[in-house]
Amino acid sequence: MDPKAFILGCSAIGAGLASLSGLGSGLGQGIAAGKAAEAVGRQPEARGAIMSTMLIGAAVAETCSVYGLIIAMILLMANPLVALV
Amino acid sequence: MDFGNKNLWLLFEWNGTSIYVTQTLLATWVVMAVLLVIAVVIRLRLSSFKDVPKGLQNGIEALVEIMENFTKSTMGEGYEGYGGFFFGIFAFILLSNYSGLVGLRPPTSDLATTAALAITSFLLIHLTGLRKLKGGYFKSYLSPLPLLLPLNIMGELSKPISLCFRLFGNVLGGFIILSLVYEMLPFALRFVLPDVLHLFFDILVGALQAFIFTVLSMTFIQQKSVRN
Repeated sequence: MDPKAFILGCSAIGAGLASLSGLGSGLGQGIAAGKAAEAVGRQPEARGAIMSTMLIGAAVAETCSVYGLIIAMILLMANPLVALV
Repeated sequence: MDFGNKNLWLLFEWNGTSIYVTQTLLATWVVMAVLLVIAVVIRLRLSSFKDVPKGLQNGIEALVEIMENFTKSTMGEGYEGYGGFFFGIFAFILLSNYSGLVGLRPPTSDLATTAALAITSFLLIHLTGLRKLKGGYFKSYLSPLPLLLPLNIMGELSKPISLCFRLFGNVLGGFIILSLVYEMLPFALRFVLPDVLHLFFDILVGALQAFIFTVLSMTFIQQKSVRN
């Protein structure tokens, strides 16, 4: 078997697996949005502060899925493993 | 398909290295030109401003007021000078993200742009800390335990990295998805169908990420310059 084709195929599988990191941040953002909705329901006058706190929290939760995206992109576009063959 | 940053034309050669005008550079120039024109127009109109605002003056005063109130509510007293700087950063990132709407490659989908912005924030965080706390700045690395010094240093170094990758990853992700959709559709359908995606990936995510970059930088500066 051609080693380069094997590495490229495995990299594509790896990229697909790396994008699964979106699972965790999706859950986290969903929980954050749900809690924010609860908080607004309980205290509608604090809506602005709750919104901005929720957005910052959601952005921080998103960081790990963005890392997954970057790993997937490195595997697909600038694969460092192909040069080893 | 290639989503990389393409060279457009040769600028000059230096020591055998060719420096090209890239898509990022061109889009950055366009964004800068738009911002400069807006700034110059407002500056020229400034002399005709009256006590009772009307039209354009109304909007500008509202913007400046929002900016000042927002800086005060995020960073507290004593940081009023940072409002203008971060408003500039916010405007640049926002227009950069929106430049995808007119067919340019967004400058923020290049790691170099976001890294430059993140390094600026990084320098600002630590210079403000040094200026406000003097010796207490170095002591803050030993809290709560001197044993945690390496962890504290790691935490500080990871801040600019996460700032720059968050913006870069979000904008590039949207750009790639939109390019794939454009490539997939036949020519006649390219004018209507991707609009919904533009609405989400450019307008919503672009504004959100610009907002988050500035708010996180502001919060980091405030955290690092307060004695705990």
